[in-house]
Amino acid sequence: MGLKIIVLAKQVPDTRNVGPDAMTPEGTVNRAALPAVFNPEDLNALEQALRLKDANPGSTITMLTMGLPKAAEVLKEGLYRGADEGVLITDRALGGADTLATSYTLAQAIKKVGDYDIILCGRQAIDGDTAQVGPQVAEKLGLTQITYTEEIISIDKEAKKIVAKRHIDGGVETVEGPLPIVVTVNGSAAPCRTRNVKLVWKNKNAEFPAWGAADIEADPMQIGKAGSPTNVKAVKSIVFKAKENKTLTSSDADIEGLIVELMESNTIG
Amino acid sequence: MNSVFVYCELEGNKVADVSLELCTKGRKLANTLGVQLEAVLVGTGLDGVEKQVMPYGVDKVHVFDAEGLFPYTSLPHTSAVVNLFKEEQPQICLLGATVIGRDLGPRVSSALHSGLTADCTQLEIGDFDMKVKNEAGEFVEKHYEQQLYQIRPAFGGSIIATIVNPEHRPQMATVRDGVMKKEILDENYKGEVIKHDVAKYIPTTDYVVKVLDRHVEAAKHNLKGAQIIVAGGYGVGSAEGFNQLFELAKELHAEVGASRAAVDAGWIDHDRQIGQTGVTVRPKVYIACGISGAIQHIAGMKDAGIIISINNDPNAPINQIADYIINGTVEEVVPKLIKYYKKNSK
Repeated sequence: MGLKIIVLAKQVPDTRNVGPDAMTPEGTVNRAALPAVFNPEDLNALEQALRLKDANPGSTITMLTMGLPKAAEVLKEGLYRGADEGVLITDRALGGADTLATSYTLAQAIKKVGDYDIILCGRQAIDGDTAQVGPQVAEKLGLTQITYTEEIISIDKEAKKIVAKRHIDGGVETVEGPLPIVVTVNGSAAPCRTRNVKLVWKNKNAEFPAWGAADIEADPMQIGKAGSPTNVKAVKSIVFKAKENKTLTSSDADIEGLIVELMESNTIG
Repeated sequence: MNSVFVYCELEGNKVADVSLELCTKGRKLANTLGVQLEAVLVGTGLDGVEKQVMPYGVDKVHVFDAEGLFPYTSLPHTSAVVNLFKEEQPQICLLGATVIGRDLGPRVSSALHSGLTADCTQLEIGDFDMKVKNEAGEFVEKHYEQQLYQIRPAFGGSIIATIVNPEHRPQMATVRDGVMKKEILDENYKGEVIKHDVAKYIPTTDYVVKVLDRHVEAAKHNLKGAQIIVAGGYGVGSAEGFNQLFELAKELHAEVGASRAAVDAGWIDHDRQIGQTGVTVRPKVYIACGISGAIQHIAGMKDAGIIISINNDPNAPINQIADYIINGTVEEVVPKLIKYYKKNSK
């Protein structure tokens, strides 16, 4: 029996390559200076979704993303790799959202999609590393969750059961949970397959429905800045106080001198 | 009422170090605020567990002890904490930024509509003014006192952000293992133990996830307690390059760590990552090999005694905090360190 799969994906500034112009003088993010990418762990989540679709004929994958209109790029990327459809959630009123307001918004959009067996997303996004949105979406929908998932081992739509292997501190565990459920996928899970040429041709002009706050019947007090309990009070750039230090070359004499100095002071044994 | 709460994580009936570190920090925050420190423990077979936490200055220990509460699963633990917090109205809640804390914290914050800041590196109490919208929709300056400053590096490490959530309670924060220091306040500290009626807090419908199988191994390394650490970054160049670092570490009886760049490149296990989103270390000697020194990395190692930076970029930020800077490539310098250590240690 086919599964109804929802994948949450985020377009993020590539914080893995932050240059000196990443911040504006006002201390906000200079998004223009950073390439926008598909959040890496959301790609791991998409791969788990595609595997479920491969193993369960008749399944469909709907991708949801919240962001600026440009974020539709991740939806298109998803179609290139095998997702079936995508929805962009975009509205000026959603700006300034923290994780809680974001989760509320995504949960409202998921309710509008309506029919689903499993919701997959990356464990966390690289622009914040908070890992909060997955569990908060689950809470808003009244669902349980499996976080830090390495692999979905089996899923049974009729029995409404899923078995997955997940990372825990210092080890792994295998858990069985009910459907529907929210599953967040770890970066150590299988990497996402590459684009399929046929799908690229088929979808290169794909357009996506754009839902605003009114379309998802969002409460204005729970979205954007108004719906965000957390506030950034202050942001400061980091200036290290230079220590007095010794600069050495890589010459044999310098290296041996350092080793001898450290050994004589019992710094190394 | 309005105490500082710490959710204490358990492996069996042993309280995790990170939770005791947070009790230590929580005690200091509670003193500043003039309130009590309370701990929440949820698990199975917890008789006497309070003895592990009270010496850290915990005034009240809330125990939820029943079958099915260990190993941790999301819903029962969320219900215990959320329903307890509805009664107790804490002003602050601290959790470990562990797999459990990062599974539980967001659910609790969502259920209570409170703010949660992940991976804080400092927590302080302070006063401030902030522009807020009043009922007429106008922005007015409002004064807040004794708020929790949740301080963390953000955005690729280029900035340190101070987060506040003045209008919502509890103010929640997660902190990684090793970031705060664990210090016993008084071995004989006397607190109160409250054993809660679990069924009153956790509906039976919460027990929906079953743990079928579980393997927990002792850590493969002891980065947290290591005296000497050899850490590699992007400048190491490859997984093979790390072999040299392991060889040097073996000679020096050191542990090998890594920056996020090296972990992301797949050259080394992620559990060896040092920094804000990895392990925080305080070794006597830290040898940074080809690490440029993003602030998240530095957040995890800046308290090292002596820092030696090997880098062919003289402007690498890490050189700013280094005691010794070796201008050269990792490939060239590390074998020489091994060679001359061997020569001189005979």
